[in-house]
Amino acid sequence: MDIDEKLIKNVANLARLKLSEEEEKRFLEDFKNILSAFSDISKCDTKNTKPSIQPVVLKNRTREDKPGKCLTNEEALSNTENKEDGYFKGPKAV
Amino acid sequence: MNGKDCDMKISEFVKKVKEKEIDVVENTKKVIEECKKINSEFHYFNVICEKEAIAQAKEIAENPKGRLAGVPVSVKDCICVKNIETRAGSKILSGYKPTFDATAVERLKEEGAIIIGKTSQDEFGFGSFNTNVGLGFKVPLNPHDKNRVCGGSSGGSAGITSKSDFVHISLAESTGGSIAAPAAFCGIVGLTPTYGLVSRYGLLDYANSLDKIGPMAKSVEDAALILEIIVGHDEKDSTSLYEPFEKYTSYAGKEIKGMKIAVVKEAFGQGIDAEVSKKVKEALHALETKGAIVEEVSLPLTFKYSLSAYYLIATSEASTNLAKYCGMRYGISGKLEGNFNEYFSKIRSENFGTEAKRRIMLGTFARMAGYRDAYYLKATQVRTKIIEEYKKIFADFDAIITPTMPMVAPKIDETKKLTPLQNYMSDILTVGPNIAGLPHLSMNVGDKLPIGIMIVADHLMEKNLIRLGSAIDSAYGGK
Repeated sequence: MDIDEKLIKNVANLARLKLSEEEEKRFLEDFKNILSAFSDISKCDTKNTKPSIQPVVLKNRTREDKPGKCLTNEEALSNTENKEDGYFKGPKAV
Repeated sequence: MNGKDCDMKISEFVKKVKEKEIDVVENTKKVIEECKKINSEFHYFNVICEKEAIAQAKEIAENPKGRLAGVPVSVKDCICVKNIETRAGSKILSGYKPTFDATAVERLKEEGAIIIGKTSQDEFGFGSFNTNVGLGFKVPLNPHDKNRVCGGSSGGSAGITSKSDFVHISLAESTGGSIAAPAAFCGIVGLTPTYGLVSRYGLLDYANSLDKIGPMAKSVEDAALILEIIVGHDEKDSTSLYEPFEKYTSYAGKEIKGMKIAVVKEAFGQGIDAEVSKKVKEALHALETKGAIVEEVSLPLTFKYSLSAYYLIATSEASTNLAKYCGMRYGISGKLEGNFNEYFSKIRSENFGTEAKRRIMLGTFARMAGYRDAYYLKATQVRTKIIEEYKKIFADFDAIITPTMPMVAPKIDETKKLTPLQNYMSDILTVGPNIAGLPHLSMNVGDKLPIGIMIVADHLMEKNLIRLGSAIDSAYGGK
């Protein structure tokens, strides 16, 4: 695997982060160190081993489908200035 | 053993409140003043909510009921408290005032607890020393030596629990050791419950398959009481367990004769300070004297792979969980300029700290097409192997004991010289139980600087932590 500037830029773009040149350089170095250490897990034999997405086994349970308490429109909008006519206002999508 | 002037247990304090021997309003005012004073020097609080605490105290004084009537409680900044600024130690959440209480907070309030403030932490929990605070936040200082770290990420909770000369407990959170590590460095009791035992509703998540809310206290008995109050299924958290829970306080002071303790060979080997090993072994000897049976075991896979598996899973989950912080709906916002990509990227780049960016980057990478199977998925399989390794030990033993951290609290200057990887490696002893969702308790067995001993039990066997922990408490002349 090539850990290079291109990869760092690509990851930053996917993560919606705009990195400074200095940050790009720093994270490139960190990625090299950290991933070379973490790649060790490839040596662990996990043939026929199921993944544990949670550490304890959880059972699906359903609840009765009845309406309950919910945030009011006012409460939901109480933490932002960017709102209009009872809706959140966001940046342009296109 | 905690070096406190305040030796009153919560249960004694509450009794005095109910008998009107303690004036809750006066006590709360005194506590707030003391917190302000401590905070100006040690930086344990991100917010001290004086007005709200005194208002709560007045209500409780009129009608003192519940198991925590009038008890001052601090809450880690990542846990929502209604109408109190909650930022998880990050600038990106500036101004956010939740419109609801986290379930754990709600349960404490229902028992009469008074919320006094939000405690300092590494930004979103991203750290082992509480030095990775968000932009504009101050690093909390160790209560025993101001040149040293508190430990992270629940450093503020540990610091104020240790430094407070009044009855107090803190509600904290652990992902990979964030309760145990600061408890060890500050010399207090930190209890991390089984994953799912305490509802995560209202927790600003770091890694949802790893996060656990738990108490930090001055004694094992106090921690047991808090756990008893906050456990139990919550329909607002689909991962919260339905299993029946125990009356944990009833296990404090119970005899430990015949309990089998596994001592992990690797946890006393290379990289662990000699003084730390010595003190933990002395405590083990004290448990043996009380009738516990101590045997050595090995956890080879856990020690080899848990750190890598933990960081890959934790950062993967963090990178998705933190995607919601983008300058909309709550927290910091900016002028709505450019398209959504430009706007979100600008807000995130300007308001996340360096470690937050690093972990988001690592997690995004580990989930990327082409790398996901080799990193994220592989790590979840390794996690299964680690859980199996622990389960084999728990088939024969009641608990596993290791030191909590490999060293005493390092100096703040020393931690600045560490690379990110060296930083991560200090979690070697705590990531195992955390990745496996196992309950664990850290408490002090040091004398000059605090040294943490960590007791780990099988899933839902918190009672073993309380039994052994209170035995250590009594052996060391604790409460």
